[in-house]
Amino acid sequence: MAYQFDFTPVLDNAGLLLTGAGFTLALTAVGAVFGIGLGVLGAVCRAWKLAPFDRLFGLYVEVIRNTPFLVQLFFIFFGLPSLGVKMTEWQAAVLAMVINLGAYSTEIIRAGIQATPRGQLEAAESLAMTRTQTFKHVVLRPALAKVWPALTSQVIIVMLGSAVCSQIATEELTFAANFIQSRSFRAFETYFVTTAIYFVMALLIRQLLIQLGQRVVVGRAR
Amino acid sequence: MSLVKISGLHKYFGSNHVLKGIDLDVAQGDVIALIGRSGSGKSTLLRTINGLETIDKGELVVDGTALHDGKGDLRALRQKVGMVFQQFNLFPHLTAGQNVMLAPTVVKGISKRDAEDIAREMLLKVGLSDKFNSFPDQLSGGQQQRVAIARALAMQPKVLLCDEITSALDPELVSEVLAVVRQLATEGMTLIMVTHEMRFARDVGNKLIFMHHGLIHESGDPKAVFANPQTPELANFVGAVQMA
Amino acid sequence: MFVQFSTWDIVRNLLEGGKWTLGLSLIAFFLGGGVGLVILFARIAHNRLLQSLAKAYIEVFQGTPLLMQLFIVFFGLSLAGVDVSPWFAAAAGLTLFTSAYLAEIWRGCVESVPRGQWEASTSLALSYPQQMRYVVLPQALRIAIAPTVGFSVQVVKGTAVTSIIGFAELTKTGSMLANATFQPFLVFGLVAAAYFILCYPLSLYAKSLEKKFHVAR
Repeated sequence: MAYQFDFTPVLDNAGLLLTGAGFTLALTAVGAVFGIGLGVLGAVCRAWKLAPFDRLFGLYVEVIRNTPFLVQLFFIFFGLPSLGVKMTEWQAAVLAMVINLGAYSTEIIRAGIQATPRGQLEAAESLAMTRTQTFKHVVLRPALAKVWPALTSQVIIVMLGSAVCSQIATEELTFAANFIQSRSFRAFETYFVTTAIYFVMALLIRQLLIQLGQRVVVGRAR
Repeated sequence: MSLVKISGLHKYFGSNHVLKGIDLDVAQGDVIALIGRSGSGKSTLLRTINGLETIDKGELVVDGTALHDGKGDLRALRQKVGMVFQQFNLFPHLTAGQNVMLAPTVVKGISKRDAEDIAREMLLKVGLSDKFNSFPDQLSGGQQQRVAIARALAMQPKVLLCDEITSALDPELVSEVLAVVRQLATEGMTLIMVTHEMRFARDVGNKLIFMHHGLIHESGDPKAVFANPQTPELANFVGAVQMA
Repeated sequence: MFVQFSTWDIVRNLLEGGKWTLGLSLIAFFLGGGVGLVILFARIAHNRLLQSLAKAYIEVFQGTPLLMQLFIVFFGLSLAGVDVSPWFAAAAGLTLFTSAYLAEIWRGCVESVPRGQWEASTSLALSYPQQMRYVVLPQALRIAIAPTVGFSVQVVKGTAVTSIIGFAELTKTGSMLANATFQPFLVFGLVAAAYFILCYPLSLYAKSLEKKFHVAR
């Protein structure tokens, strides 16, 4: 007999899924704010060659970009406590996301900073601005505006990647899905709906960040 | 009997009416210079003649191959109409020789050996017989443009279109390209060229067409037209160009 | 029963898991490349329907978590009556994931071939397949090499997610060892190092290719 699809157990637990989705969004929001902040810091150190921080950030970027997020998460949650650093699954998940996004945004933002036309820097210098003033008023905004689409994509990648946080029992969307399917034995239906929710969230975040980019980063409300 | 016959040709870019009813007859061996301000439609007109721009309304016939309101056998048309571009557009991954050989082998199915003979002959014609194995980035702008002319000629077109072919060149390289075009003209090649080289248009062309606001505004023998413009727009244009 | 693990025992077991990571990466990368090529041709085809289908395919795989894709392949295939091993589900899921990303990367490369190249080959009466074959793809291929090698790093890292559907590759082996040895710091440190050893050379190679390409232009 052919398999009968049954979405009722999933729909009955829609509340759980939506709560999970909310937590995924919250996790992403915190991760994005601090991750991009860390990225700006790292990018400045790298672009200005501030020893020894430029080297340290260089090492950090390479280590993070060449290892899986899941392993970073496990290392933080399971590995660090043996050094006496204990944290909840939420703290570990947020920390892993910040560290991961921080590495990627360091590279992305650095590229934006280094694409500043020389004439801009010379103009600022000729106006007797200091390096910090130049960075704050002349370099940062155009650099962020230039790489905003890349940052947006990276935030979405991190949001989608956060699905594996369910593995350390962070109660986000995938965790909720796992819970529902283990009770209902309707794995396919559960994950199908969950996937759709992730897809919609990715679309929403993209729209939101594009709007935010226009308003705040480019500074031109339409 | 005209080689190229254009009647009632209209072209729109969106709501922008760029060609507003062009009628033009080109005879075998004609050398036609198209001049006009940017936005006058001269480049668009040129590009419609080998189907790079679609025609919204009107008729185009080249040596018996016709497009009615933009419909017809485009590839047959293009085999009869060669084109040389402002930016050369050589294929960077192919040598000069391979650039010239590509279309004869691929489109016409000519054997590699015969195509190579044609390519060598065409490169000789443009004075680059020693550059057969050079890649485009090893050639000067003038040399690249001459290869582009050889590439177009290798298809043995009935008419050759030249779209501002010296505009992207350093001034000292312009004359070598113009010399090749002048040679083609004396050999009886039918040429239609959009150009800013007014002296060249006057000396080599046998017909001058001044385009303005998407229409042929004034045309005739180049020497007569330049000496005695009939419309204030052309007088203005000629004055502005000569001042510059 | 209680087994004592020496550091060498841990490394030996991880190497065993690493072999599966490497194998899965190679399969996903090359099969994914093949499927990706098909998606690419659909994406840049003149046929609108093919274009939209390919676009939707790419957007779905780029807009959903790899973990969900693996779950759906795993549970979906078993619903269809196919008895799937974690190994098969992992290979199939990662292949699809890879194909979508590579198709999108390659589309970018095809589109970065200048318009003038299309126009010149059009004016020489080449047909669309001829333009692709002789003019556009050879140039796109050169542009594509660096980002393609760069993406292989994402494939290797992506294999870690297959541990969650029970495929005993490097990360799964690491989790089991961490539980058995009570030395998670050491074990996950070694696991991370193993991924780094696999990925870093690829990253460096991609970077050097990119530099070489920029100089060549």
